[in-house]
Amino acid sequence: MSEPVLTARGVSIEYRTAPVVRAVRDVSLTLHRGEILGLAGESGCGKTTFAYGLTRLLKPPAVLTSGEIVFHDRGGEDIDVTALDGDALRAFRWDKVSMVFQGAMNSLNPVITVRAQIDDVLTTHRPGMPRAERAERAAELLRLVDVDPSRLDSYAHQLSGGMRQRVMIAMALALEPQVMIMDEPTTALDVVVQRGILREIMRLRERLGFAVVFITHDLPLLIEISDRIAVMLEGAIVELDTAENLYERPQHAYTQRLLESFPSLTGERGDFVRTGEAAGPVVRAPASDDQAAATPALEGTA
Amino acid sequence: MGTLEVRNLVKDFRVGHGLRRSRLRAVDDVSFTLEAGKTVALVGESGSGKSTVARTLARLETPSSGEILLDGRPVSGSRNALRAYRHEVQMVFQDPFASLNPFHPVAHHLERPIRLHGLERNREGVTARVHELLERVQLTPAETYAAKRPHEMSGGQRQRVAIARALAPGARFLVADEPVSMLDVSIRLGVLNLLARLQREENLGVLYITHDLATARHFSDEILVMYRGQVVERGPSDRVILDPQHEYTKTLLAAAPDPARHGRLRDEVRAELAAS
Repeated sequence: MSEPVLTARGVSIEYRTAPVVRAVRDVSLTLHRGEILGLAGESGCGKTTFAYGLTRLLKPPAVLTSGEIVFHDRGGEDIDVTALDGDALRAFRWDKVSMVFQGAMNSLNPVITVRAQIDDVLTTHRPGMPRAERAERAAELLRLVDVDPSRLDSYAHQLSGGMRQRVMIAMALALEPQVMIMDEPTTALDVVVQRGILREIMRLRERLGFAVVFITHDLPLLIEISDRIAVMLEGAIVELDTAENLYERPQHAYTQRLLESFPSLTGERGDFVRTGEAAGPVVRAPASDDQAAATPALEGTA
Repeated sequence: MGTLEVRNLVKDFRVGHGLRRSRLRAVDDVSFTLEAGKTVALVGESGSGKSTVARTLARLETPSSGEILLDGRPVSGSRNALRAYRHEVQMVFQDPFASLNPFHPVAHHLERPIRLHGLERNREGVTARVHELLERVQLTPAETYAAKRPHEMSGGQRQRVAIARALAPGARFLVADEPVSMLDVSIRLGVLNLLARLQREENLGVLYITHDLATARHFSDEILVMYRGQVVERGPSDRVILDPQHEYTKTLLAAAPDPARHGRLRDEVRAELAAS
């Protein structure tokens, strides 16, 4: 495996509300250069909070209570992310680690053009860059994500959902970051559009060599595209393994349950018993209260 | 044996204003039959018209043309006919947060349809029916759940309440529009299994609307694939998924995430880049 680009050790994050919510509990994770690391979990498991912690985007009442986050720069220099402040933090963000947000469909500014938004990133982070060069870079970025540069003069509402998401990715790529954090980047999109975006991300990763933390509840999707996958439950990572191992030999009961929650598209019907008459394998009894009620039906005894 | 039949359904929406006004054909000549004790899945992407079919079937929209027949008899648009129709055909919506009133306890949501449809007159009768409904959707002990408000329950439990409410008027047909897509993945199957059990044990006819091909295959007897307002493919669920005929169905299937293909997309992309 290649060298690490981002290391998190013992990260804990709390929401200082009454009562205090321990959203992330002692999470350690190493992201390697050029790797796609999947972060899987359901709503409320702390995956988005952890991602915000990695990029220092937490807002009160969320507080990083312990742990260290170290970014290993291309030049060999180590940056202590938790100690960054003010200008240093602003220079770090987007330049080294960028983010594609959840619901990116609505993360574009509706009142300025795509060109103005990309320009904004470049003027902020590359103050010396001449206007002509910025314009060329903006066009190049759109070509990179397979959107026609004529779209630079469009507003968000004039673009389809998939195109908006591609523009968001182009903006995240603008400063050639070494890490991109993608929080549910394709959840709101139709499968055919989603497939196009995933292919684009994989292609760009090969060409530009950035690492990706890909966050979603869609475990089958993660298994398809990730190198390694971390499964989060109640703020902690309960299993971390290669995509192949996680799929073929899931160890933790929760990982098994998540996998079983997605019936196979083309597999045997016995894989998943609907009618209860077939003599397929019995689905393991789930642990949570909510599903306990459904257990009889799951086992086909109802 | 009951049937709910849709014949040559067309639904147009007017869009725009003044000179830019035009017509959008959301549903274009769709026909199918729901049978008691069977599930039909309607699959397609956003904008394909599947939700419009659902809403028209639940008579939340009026068809532009075409017919809906219940047990072979056309359903007229009169108030009384629609009221009778809604005894039989009910809808479960996608978002259980939005479909339940946060001010009222579960009991209120179930009592209203029982009273409105005149099924029980006295308080004891209504309460007994509410408890029976909650037991049918496996929210037990029923007394406890009847007193809860929506925010005190998980998404899965709320969706069970929504199903109980749909059953309350004595519905024989359920139109479920993406009933689990807003729920956490680990509780989705529980809710789908509940629908499957009701369909099987209470001889319910179910129209299951979804974009998820895998659950469509496992939970339904027949699948209709919609694209741009039209049904482009239909057939027994295994046949449609395992041996798709239409190009669009093939595209949809190829795009669905499949963990068995892990690493393949990466290898494909690498091969493409190496070749160029």
